[in-house]
Amino acid sequence: MIANFVRVAWHVMRKDLTVEVRSKEVLLTTLFFAVSVVLVFSFAIVREGRAPDDVAAGILWVAVSFSGTLAMGRTFERERYNDTLRALLLAPAERPAIYTGKLLGLLVLLGMVEIVLVPLIGLLFNAPILAFPGRLATLLVLGTVGFAAVGTLFAAMLVRVRSRDTLLPVLLYPITIPVMIAGVRGTAALFQATPDLAMAQFWIGLLLFWDAIFITLALWTFEPVMTE
Amino acid sequence: MSKLNPLFIGLSGVMLGVAPWVINAAPYESTMGLVQKVFYFHFPAAILFLVAALICGVASAIFLFGKKPRADGWAIAAAELGLVFGSLTLVTGPLWARKAWGVWWVWDPRLTSSLLLWMIFSAYLLLRKYGGPGSDKLGAGMALFGMANVPFIYVSVNVWRTLHPQTSVVPTLPTDMGIPLWFCFAAFTMLFMALLNLRARLEHQRARVVALYLAEDEA
Repeated sequence: MIANFVRVAWHVMRKDLTVEVRSKEVLLTTLFFAVSVVLVFSFAIVREGRAPDDVAAGILWVAVSFSGTLAMGRTFERERYNDTLRALLLAPAERPAIYTGKLLGLLVLLGMVEIVLVPLIGLLFNAPILAFPGRLATLLVLGTVGFAAVGTLFAAMLVRVRSRDTLLPVLLYPITIPVMIAGVRGTAALFQATPDLAMAQFWIGLLLFWDAIFITLALWTFEPVMTE
Repeated sequence: MSKLNPLFIGLSGVMLGVAPWVINAAPYESTMGLVQKVFYFHFPAAILFLVAALICGVASAIFLFGKKPRADGWAIAAAELGLVFGSLTLVTGPLWARKAWGVWWVWDPRLTSSLLLWMIFSAYLLLRKYGGPGSDKLGAGMALFGMANVPFIYVSVNVWRTLHPQTSVVPTLPTDMGIPLWFCFAAFTMLFMALLNLRARLEHQRARVVALYLAEDEA
């Protein structure tokens, strides 16, 4: 039962990543978009070579959420475009396992984008990204998981809906703002002049709480929502 | 149930018409003065805002997991009322805050999460309006996530030490302030129930019309 679930999730993820490795479409466009977002902020905010204090955390998370939305829309758009969504849903596999595979594939992509984003933020906004690498990575992983868990579900739901490209951010941002707040505050606590580790720990705990709620709800609703 | 609607609407109309005099008769609060009186509308609106979110979430769960199409009518009715009462809450709140805290708005947990819930209702209704066919199920999924925010809003103010008054202040009100408060609360609740009922009935009738058209096409 569990082994089967893991196997299906693994295969869906591998399928998505294989398609991605061959075309590199989502990764390259998302990455380029994320870098452009950071550059736009840097043009808008940096004055005479100095960025204002405490903006790096916010810009990092804005870039993650904007580019994440782009990647989410694409992962299911590809299934629709190639008419493979029905085949995927017809497969004799549990729906939550398909969702988990999709989510894992998206997380791998977003992780690769963040590996480029974080050093860029450190460079352009003088953020001390290497001061607490473990805690920063934990915040990023937990925040991205919470954001992508809701995003994967909503992107899947919206596949058959008109004007899905505008509706995805409209639905996604209000729901995931708790995760964004926790991510930004936690990262800001690590980036500030005198890092506040207790504060960062508190936000990590809150992120875990939201991740648990969002993933449970998403696994629970994916099946009835995807049934025609 | 629907026979009670005219009664509820009439009664709440009369009560809301009388409310200004009842509120006027209540004593002035010592530090806030006149501005405190907005509280008699703010509190009922805020509570019904959360009630609407709960009804919307529960009805969506019943629709999604119990496969009861009628539940969807209740969900959309509750969402529209949630937006109305949420807007009332968000308008009356800053009126009070300006006097109490000197600013219209602060990013305190309860204010932030109320605004978020209001945004979730708006997004839900945007989806229902522009999503086209199939958006009922998506809306139900969205509403479930929105409902997860409600307990968070309710406890947030008691967990974090914030500017917003605690919810425990309400039972401790002196009687001459408590009477107008519960008077307004009753009026708002009856209005809410009547509107919810009417709006859900409209949605059920619309669903029936659609079903009849489909049957006509097949015949």
